[in-house]
Amino acid sequence: MEKIFGITPSLRDLSTHYCPGCGHGIAHRLIAEVVDELGIREKVIGVAPVGCAVIAYDYWDFDCSEAAHGRALAVATAIKRVRPGNIVFTYQGDGDLAAIGGNETLHAANRGENLTVVFINNAIYGMTGGQMAPTTLLGQKTATTPLGRDPSREGWPLKISELLANLPGVKYIERTSLHSPQEILKSKQAIKQAFSNQINNLGFSLVEILSPCPTYWGFSPKDALGWIKDVMVKEFPLGRIK
Amino acid sequence: MKKILITGNEALAEGAISAGCSFYAGYPITPQNEIPAYMAKRMPQAGGIFIQAESELSAINMVFGAAACGVRAMTSSSSPGISLKQEGISYIAGAQLPAVIINVMRGGPGLGNIWPAQSDYFQATRSGGHGDYHTIVLAPASVQEAYDIISLGFDLADKYRMPAIILADGMLGQMMEPLEVRSRESGVKNIKKPWALTGCRGRKPNIVKSFYMKEGDLEKFNLVLQKKYKSIKEKEQRWEDLYLDDARIILVAYGTMARIAKAALNKLRDKGKKIGLIRPIALWPFPDKIFKRLTVNHKRSTILVIEMSYGQMLEDVKLSLDCKLPVKFLGRAGGGIPAEEEIIKTVSRLIN
Repeated sequence: MEKIFGITPSLRDLSTHYCPGCGHGIAHRLIAEVVDELGIREKVIGVAPVGCAVIAYDYWDFDCSEAAHGRALAVATAIKRVRPGNIVFTYQGDGDLAAIGGNETLHAANRGENLTVVFINNAIYGMTGGQMAPTTLLGQKTATTPLGRDPSREGWPLKISELLANLPGVKYIERTSLHSPQEILKSKQAIKQAFSNQINNLGFSLVEILSPCPTYWGFSPKDALGWIKDVMVKEFPLGRIK
Repeated sequence: MKKILITGNEALAEGAISAGCSFYAGYPITPQNEIPAYMAKRMPQAGGIFIQAESELSAINMVFGAAACGVRAMTSSSSPGISLKQEGISYIAGAQLPAVIINVMRGGPGLGNIWPAQSDYFQATRSGGHGDYHTIVLAPASVQEAYDIISLGFDLADKYRMPAIILADGMLGQMMEPLEVRSRESGVKNIKKPWALTGCRGRKPNIVKSFYMKEGDLEKFNLVLQKKYKSIKEKEQRWEDLYLDDARIILVAYGTMARIAKAALNKLRDKGKKIGLIRPIALWPFPDKIFKRLTVNHKRSTILVIEMSYGQMLEDVKLSLDCKLPVKFLGRAGGGIPAEEEIIKTVSRLIN
């Protein structure tokens, strides 16, 4: 019998440590599929963040580096400058990219580093137990906003993608989601675009992916997808930003 | 041999380039600004990469990334900036990456001032960041030695896969002296780094990391580090000593302070005083071998530790001597520098 579907070579055949209904596993697979479709597995160097995806390199089958919390784009900048022939990407959560690593993100983008960024926005800190993220929605209850995020105390959800889109060094930014098969396919297309841009030396490309965290949102996996579709996309509209 | 007149900071920068450093990232801070300025000009000429980072944090993490790719990478800063780099230095030690970090020390704590000091000895030699790690620490005392010691720093960093700190101070960084530019046999190409990130063509993927989640794995990894540190303590102690044979008072100083101590020593020797000197060149591993020798051969000598701090290396001297010889101390900081006359006065008091 002819095999017409299987695990893509860049993804190891392992069970992940992620919670049921988490989006990271899907995002990991999309990156692995794009890497294989572009034929760049032997050229790719990934930079994993601190957060739930800290051991992403255990699931991918290509060269990877860890980075300290928030510093992925500083590490990736140097890797790409030293080895311009390799394809370098970072995989970062909202706390990593938009809070503790905000400065590294802003300046790597402003230098127009020829890098690919996959930014997982689940509006919460998962690894540490569900605290407020810069992207937490107004009213959203978290471990550190027990009454819900109040803008008079905690400010507003940070739309870092829209901020970065203003910079001349940024080539491409798109926001996608994992809440339905159709949106997952669009996410994959966007990731492919972001990698292709780097291959063509076009500059800084970022895909922000809205991703479910049922555990710390307090929903079933299915309801978590519904929350993205009905609530989260209103604050973080999907589509091409730049 | 060609001689040029150059500042200590420029000698450190040129020394790095001649040692095959091909990546530098830094952030402005006085009194080391000549290093990034020199690198901005010279690195592209030498085929290397210069980046002015947005912060010290970013600069040290860029060094992490470049080192992970197997190239010789360096950053430089001065005391407050080095405090900011401690996170990155811990990660570099944890990922077993070779890198060189220059600290042109200034007065502290806090913003302090821009005058020379040696107040970061503890931070450099006691793992300034989190975790049980060490860095090689080398302390040059002249512009020539600043140039030469960078190459040693890179060699040791590569050999042991760990960060090496060059601990200088604002006086050495700013002063000009003649420098003999040596043509070096660059051994860089012969160093094999099979762990480096290059893309996984023809091999299994490489992972650069310091995270060990499984129970017992981190302890095992720490024991690997400890074994390495033990071997370094045995093999890599470095010091200079002068007139120890008949010395009744033995001065101990490093870096710029050792230059001043030497001047005082020469004057005292001219007057027939039996004074010797030990100048630690490696601060970690600390040269305890020479001090242990003193406890056997110099039981009647007195040790005078002199620092531009309020007694940091002093602790290592005392630990090495195991309370077997009397140890006195002379130190100033915050921009205050023990002068030649102060040293002579202190020594004269000890003799009488």
